[in-house]
Amino acid sequence: MSYSFDWSSIPGALPYLWHGARITLEITALAILVGIVWGTVLAVMRLSGHALLAAFAALYVNLFRSVPLLMVILWFFLIVPAALRALFGEGMPDIRLTSAFVAFSLFEAAYYAEIMRAGIQSVPKGQLSSALALGLTRGQAMRLVVLPQAFRNMTPLLLTQAIILFQDTSLVYVIGLADFFGAAYKVGDRDGRIVELLMFAGAAYFVVCFAASLAVRRLHSRVASP
Amino acid sequence: MISIRNVSKWYGSFRVLTGCSTEVRKGEVVVVCGPSGSGKSTLIKCVNALEPFQEGEILVDGVSVGDTKTDLPKLRARVGMVFQHFELFPHMTVAQNLTLAQVKVLGRSPQAALEKGVKLLERVGLLAHRDKYPGQLSGGQQQRVAIARALSMDPIAMLFDEPTSALDPEMINEVLDVMVELAEEGMTMMVVTHEMGFARKVADRVIFMDGGTIVEDAHKDAFFAAPQSDRARLFLSKILHH
Repeated sequence: MSYSFDWSSIPGALPYLWHGARITLEITALAILVGIVWGTVLAVMRLSGHALLAAFAALYVNLFRSVPLLMVILWFFLIVPAALRALFGEGMPDIRLTSAFVAFSLFEAAYYAEIMRAGIQSVPKGQLSSALALGLTRGQAMRLVVLPQAFRNMTPLLLTQAIILFQDTSLVYVIGLADFFGAAYKVGDRDGRIVELLMFAGAAYFVVCFAASLAVRRLHSRVASP
Repeated sequence: MISIRNVSKWYGSFRVLTGCSTEVRKGEVVVVCGPSGSGKSTLIKCVNALEPFQEGEILVDGVSVGDTKTDLPKLRARVGMVFQHFELFPHMTVAQNLTLAQVKVLGRSPQAALEKGVKLLERVGLLAHRDKYPGQLSGGQQQRVAIARALSMDPIAMLFDEPTSALDPEMINEVLDVMVELAEEGMTMMVVTHEMGFARKVADRVIFMDGGTIVEDAHKDAFFAAPQSDRARLFLSKILHH
């Protein structure tokens, strides 16, 4: 007996799925933003030559890179609510979303830090020297001369990491958050049409990620040529 | 203007400079030459503290470079430096390269900085290229922009670290011409170079380095006519006769 597909539950569920997709995109966008900013700070700390800062950054990066993302998400689901409750009392916004924001931002920062570290190191040392020779401070030289070049050199890798992050957001199902994947699963579960809904969700992830990686590849060939 | 007094430097336990002393007076052009690895680039980078040194003292216009209380950015802003590999900022246009430090370090207005930049670009013959990126220019053009960028800070002295070594032969002269003009205008210059023609033409003194020490420090005529040390004689015979 072959399985007979029934796609009829999808059209009606689209608004709910779209709501989930928005959560996916929100987590992705915020984690990219915070991850890159915090990751860049970590990378600069690690290369600063300041023993304490470098050690902190190295510990942070290695810690987050050695722990499964799933665990980090669960961990922040258990820690962040307690911290928020201590700060704001009982009246809190959606805890699950906030904890997911925090978990992804801090986790991604560790990966972005390594990308930015490679990016900073890809800028010839003479660039820093010539910026300093003009009288710029170390901070100005970093901000105005080295980091813009590091970003440009690393744009393809930063975007590739963003695509991975986009897929990884589906892990928020462990804390019961209805992102796109979670929403699809719930609809499928409700209607007994899990296979159809997961195939639909998979197709959606594939289209977005494949299109994005094609765009990255085109960008990469443009960045690679001078 | 620049006093180098008994400067020594180590990389770990490896000694790269040993007791170097010399003086560059205002308006003087001093050429530093010597075989590769002799420490000449390292010495010139000590002058604006791009390389730290462990012993001795360097004074630039009376300010001690090695003193931890010295405001290094301020000191460096007064000393122009030109690098072997140009080191223009590739993500900025030629005009932006010339105005960045004027605005950020000297606090000039963007308009005043651009005016100054335009004047200097005109002087090195590259005004038409002001909106291009460094990658679109030839090596010789990039180095002339780099000289203009250093001059935009109104430096009291200029350091050149092998400014023509990375250039194709046909581009060397366009850069040397700018440097000769600068020397003739009375700029204080310390130039690490193998271009002995340049040294003969505009240098006041020639310093010969080998093995991290200043072996010879003489008036150019004396240096070229009769080097005192065997090493300098050997070096000159090698680079002049082929």
